[in-house]
Amino acid sequence: MPEEDDMADPTNAKGQDYETSLAASETTVAEFDHIHAGVVGKVQHLLHGNPTLVPVIVLTVAIGVFGLIAGDRFFTPFNLTLIMQQVSIIGMLAAAQSLVIITMGIDLSVAAIMVLMSVIAGKLAVEMGVPAPLALLVGFAGGIGAGYMNGVLVTRVKLPPFITTLGTWNIFFALNLWLSGAQSIRGADIDVEAPLLKFFGANFTIGSARLTYGSVLMVVIFVALWYLLNKTAWGRHVYMIGDDKDAAELAGIRTDRTLRQVYMLAGFICALAAWASIGRVGSISPQSFYEGNLQSITAVVIGGISLFGGRGSIMGALFGALIVGVFQSGLRLAGVDVLWQVFAIGWLIIIAVAVDQWIRKVSA
Amino acid sequence: MTKTLKAVLLGGAAALAMGGAAQAQDATACLITKTDTNPFFVKMREGATEAAEAAGINLLTYAGAIDGDVESQVAAVETCIAAGASGILITPSDSRALEPVITQARDAGLLVIALDTPFEPADTADATFATDNFEAGRLIGAWAAATLGEDAADARIALLDLNPSQVSVDYLRDQGFMSGFGIEINDPTRIGDEDDPRIVGHDVTNGNEEGGRTAMENLLQIDPSVNVVYTINEPAAAGAHEALSAFGLDDQAIVVSVDGGCPGVQNVAAGVIGATSMQFPLLMASLGVEAIAQYAEDGSLPENTPGLGFFNTGVQLVTDNPVEGIDSIGSEEALDLCWG
Repeated sequence: MPEEDDMADPTNAKGQDYETSLAASETTVAEFDHIHAGVVGKVQHLLHGNPTLVPVIVLTVAIGVFGLIAGDRFFTPFNLTLIMQQVSIIGMLAAAQSLVIITMGIDLSVAAIMVLMSVIAGKLAVEMGVPAPLALLVGFAGGIGAGYMNGVLVTRVKLPPFITTLGTWNIFFALNLWLSGAQSIRGADIDVEAPLLKFFGANFTIGSARLTYGSVLMVVIFVALWYLLNKTAWGRHVYMIGDDKDAAELAGIRTDRTLRQVYMLAGFICALAAWASIGRVGSISPQSFYEGNLQSITAVVIGGISLFGGRGSIMGALFGALIVGVFQSGLRLAGVDVLWQVFAIGWLIIIAVAVDQWIRKVSA
Repeated sequence: MTKTLKAVLLGGAAALAMGGAAQAQDATACLITKTDTNPFFVKMREGATEAAEAAGINLLTYAGAIDGDVESQVAAVETCIAAGASGILITPSDSRALEPVITQARDAGLLVIALDTPFEPADTADATFATDNFEAGRLIGAWAAATLGEDAADARIALLDLNPSQVSVDYLRDQGFMSGFGIEINDPTRIGDEDDPRIVGHDVTNGNEEGGRTAMENLLQIDPSVNVVYTINEPAAAGAHEALSAFGLDDQAIVVSVDGGCPGVQNVAAGVIGATSMQFPLLMASLGVEAIAQYAEDGSLPENTPGLGFFNTGVQLVTDNPVEGIDSIGSEEALDLCWG
């Protein structure tokens, strides 16, 4: 073979004297190839380093564009805070969903846990005369218990999170229908028996902006989770588990225990959302939020949190929920038929995941 | 209503006298509902059970797990055929998908009656016993127009519908409301093709409180002067009321709805809902059982209400503010009749 001859020749001539040929070799330190050098590559790197940047840009642009299209009615403090109210429940579910998705899981049962806990608290407080704080505590315990059930099935029985929560979604939904008899508890009855349940529906005004305590609760949940995930060892463990569970285990992290805690925390947030939802909806409605799990996943995905785990900021889910709310409100005020709102959200999801895939290629 | 049906059945018996039918005493009827948790279907089962006891026939009941659970309903129909039932009452979870098994049942000599939800085409079953949803909408539309009086000419109307699919119950109630109110509806199977300037807009609610509230907020953002709100059902109406209260506009607008569920009737009493059209699931089922008993005895088939493609089980306007020329009952009386 001619190639072998070419290779053999210089070696033979210089014998073992590899020191001289060393001088002719590459002297720069080994580094990655900059295939995407240029503006596109820089943008890609910037986005990779700051995963919330995409949703923030989309949100800002969307508010600007709808402000132009839908005009004065859209771009008012009143309408913008109304959007916050409208997305607050799905936003809280998205916060719970993000936690699980960061661990490379998925939780299809979030909305079912929420509705079930609102029904339990309502049945106890409104129909059985249990003091409202106690009824809410039972709801919180139930939410944590439901999350624990998911966590045990994932970590001990070793079922994939999708299958686990597909099962528990159905179980919790059936329990909800059984307990409630598929019948709503009326707002007027809640007002008389347990007004505390509607606490998060109350609002306060700042100028013409009108915020409900539920919107504030959503933001508080996100800020608390952001702190927990970014500033505590536990939070870094959660990211590591999502990135590479085996490596995390080898690094000494008790991965299964942390995973169970993630599902329990998600369940607790769902129970908080249950309390807030009673205020938002005004009654306890077993038929509401049937697709809340899918809406929460939509918010998470549009918020740039990777479904492949370990990457994305929790704040992304908040922006994701707000983007959906802004699109729905903007399209509605622009007089667009509801089916085209569904159409637009569909494209948002696809584009968001496509952008995520593109950003991930930086490290590939 | 029962008398009307019996007259119809007697007429039918005379025209369609068939020999060799089984005795009513040995007969079995099947009731297959979409779910067994929804109060509407619970009431249906109650009506069927009472009527079966009165007629002295056996009753078997089945239900799907959720709305849309076709497989369970197919299995239930097959069980009824195997059990030698004389007839089946069914609220189809899918108005098209059940056609083959229904045809199989009719070929086996069973009388099949659709309750509440018609098949597509409706003659898949021998008969349909249902609420006239267009009439249900028309009554609340006419009531709203009469309540506003002269102001109806410049009403600001918000319409809260079911979902983007525009299924029959959705467009029938919506378009019925408009025609009752005096709006040109154009295509009666199409929501949203009207060009009356009094319409502020349509939005969808999925028939629950959460959707009702969000949809109402959206339409109030388009025009805060809304003073008439049509809703697909009473949970959506309760949600709309929450939004109106939060905007401080609950005294400005009248809310109308359809269903006659007990929480809805209580909301009429509380002034949350101005008027609602009550439907009668109990009657659908009890009339259905009577028709099967009759068929088992002499082979006679039920007939449709003249002018309609189904047997109308009636609809009743419920309001505490009656208007001239529209028959209605008060919420107190309605609480005895409501379902759920």
